[in-house]
Amino acid sequence: MSWFKRDKPAIAPNAEQDRTVRAEGLWVKCEGCRQVVFRSDLEKNSNVCPKCGFHFRLDSKARLDLLFEEPYETFDQSLASTDPLSFVDSKSYRSRLAGMQQTTGLTDAIISARGRIGRHMVNVCAMELRFIGGSMGSVVGEVITRAVERSLANRQPLVIISASGGARMQEGLISLMQLAKISAALMKLDTAAIPYISLMTDPTTGGVTASFAMLGDLNIAEPGALIGFAGPRVIEQTIRQKLPEGFQKSEFLLQHGFLDAVVPRTQLREYLSKAFDFMAG
Amino acid sequence: MEEKQTSSPSPLPPGGPWQRVQLARHPRRPHALDYIQRIFTDFEEIHGDRAYADDAAIVCGMARFMGAPVMVCAQQKGRDTKQKLHRNFGMPKPEGYRKALRAMRLAAKFGRPIVTLLDTPGAYPGIDAEERGQAEAIAVNLREMSRLPVPIVVFVIGEGGSGGALGLGVGNRVHMMENAVYSVISPESCAAIIWRDAGQAEKAAAALKMTAQDLAPLGIVDDVIPEPGEGAHEDWDAAAANLARMLEHSLASLKALTPAQLVDERYEKFRRMGSFFSETKSATLG
Repeated sequence: MSWFKRDKPAIAPNAEQDRTVRAEGLWVKCEGCRQVVFRSDLEKNSNVCPKCGFHFRLDSKARLDLLFEEPYETFDQSLASTDPLSFVDSKSYRSRLAGMQQTTGLTDAIISARGRIGRHMVNVCAMELRFIGGSMGSVVGEVITRAVERSLANRQPLVIISASGGARMQEGLISLMQLAKISAALMKLDTAAIPYISLMTDPTTGGVTASFAMLGDLNIAEPGALIGFAGPRVIEQTIRQKLPEGFQKSEFLLQHGFLDAVVPRTQLREYLSKAFDFMAG
Repeated sequence: MEEKQTSSPSPLPPGGPWQRVQLARHPRRPHALDYIQRIFTDFEEIHGDRAYADDAAIVCGMARFMGAPVMVCAQQKGRDTKQKLHRNFGMPKPEGYRKALRAMRLAAKFGRPIVTLLDTPGAYPGIDAEERGQAEAIAVNLREMSRLPVPIVVFVIGEGGSGGALGLGVGNRVHMMENAVYSVISPESCAAIIWRDAGQAEKAAAALKMTAQDLAPLGIVDDVIPEPGEGAHEDWDAAAANLARMLEHSLASLKALTPAQLVDERYEKFRRMGSFFSETKSATLG
């Protein structure tokens, strides 16, 4: 007889869901209005709060699924960085990449796709914020450039959906050069008069803003997205004062003349379709 | 032009990336105007972006190089406190990039080569710069520089501070002075992000591979221009002469190209940058 040790094995509990009703995750607190929203209502509404219109962040796959009515093809989804600088910080860039690839199921911070929007076959690149902050290194640069080239070759409109902290530090100056590389490719698209619309989502900052995100025939953004060159913290440190309310938000950029429109997510497909009708008849 | 050279001893040891960062920021290092007055003749400055203001952190002007007309666009730092404030510590605002683009388009219109000198800690991160579209100004320069049908020769003479430097940096040739640095982020900011300690900047400078010696093998920089003695601050004339020699060589090598070839060559140069990826098999999306 043992008082402190169990002789018999404990009764194995059944699968978790048999015993408990999972309430967790059923409700979401909206960051915009602080109200509690039923998750399925939120998802039905493209992850826009049905009460206040706050736009929750979306991953790249969800964005594409939402944007295209029909199934779409993907391109260049097997490109992976070779860590050109052998960069090591708190952990090595290689292991950071491997971890990110595991969690996101992507090889880098982007999905390149082609599908139908309205009457148009459109090349769409969607950046993945969860992958090292949506940062742009040689893979993101190459995938976008190839999408631009595909648009050029097939005379198909291009959409780039940005969500990024900027250039990827772990690839050093090579990341910076992707700004020039993509911008040069967009020069060719511009010369060929093939439509390009840039959609900025929360957040779009740094080198991404200072290159392709600001080079659309139309530059549009989701409501309430943070968009800027320098991040708010960097600016606060430079000028040593608090930034005004709403600074660097979509509506601020619209007011200062740097956006063509702020387009709610639920109206995006219609907006793009109309714009491409205008540009590409 | 107003800056005069005075010699001051520098006890900085040669060698590692952090020393190069110190040399690139050396208080006696020649700045853009110091090079301009030694290399070019008949320099006539062009002011203003025709839209908002004249940004003193970027200097543009018509000049002659060995007798031939060229357009010069440069990022200019100040030397004493008053000048530093006037030049905004070499941190351009949107109107500076727009002025430079205006000057470069002028050069293209009349078929004159463009020379740019990069030396900035970065584009200015302030409220007014954001309001006037800092990101847009740089983005447009990147796209428009890639289509100018004249030779563009770029020199990183001091600090190549990320997008702020690149805003004048799309050229057929990109050269760096021996002790110049060029980086996607300052070592201090990089260290602050990685180790939450800007004091680790020395480590970050090494990891970022930001020296001319590190960048040349990566195919980002064409040539590394030697500096006299311990660094360019020791002998401005010698440093300028070395830069002039490289400029002469670069312009000569581009002279035979047609406008279309110049644009294509520049495009291909940047198109090749960053071929550091491999095809993996894990295409997971459908």
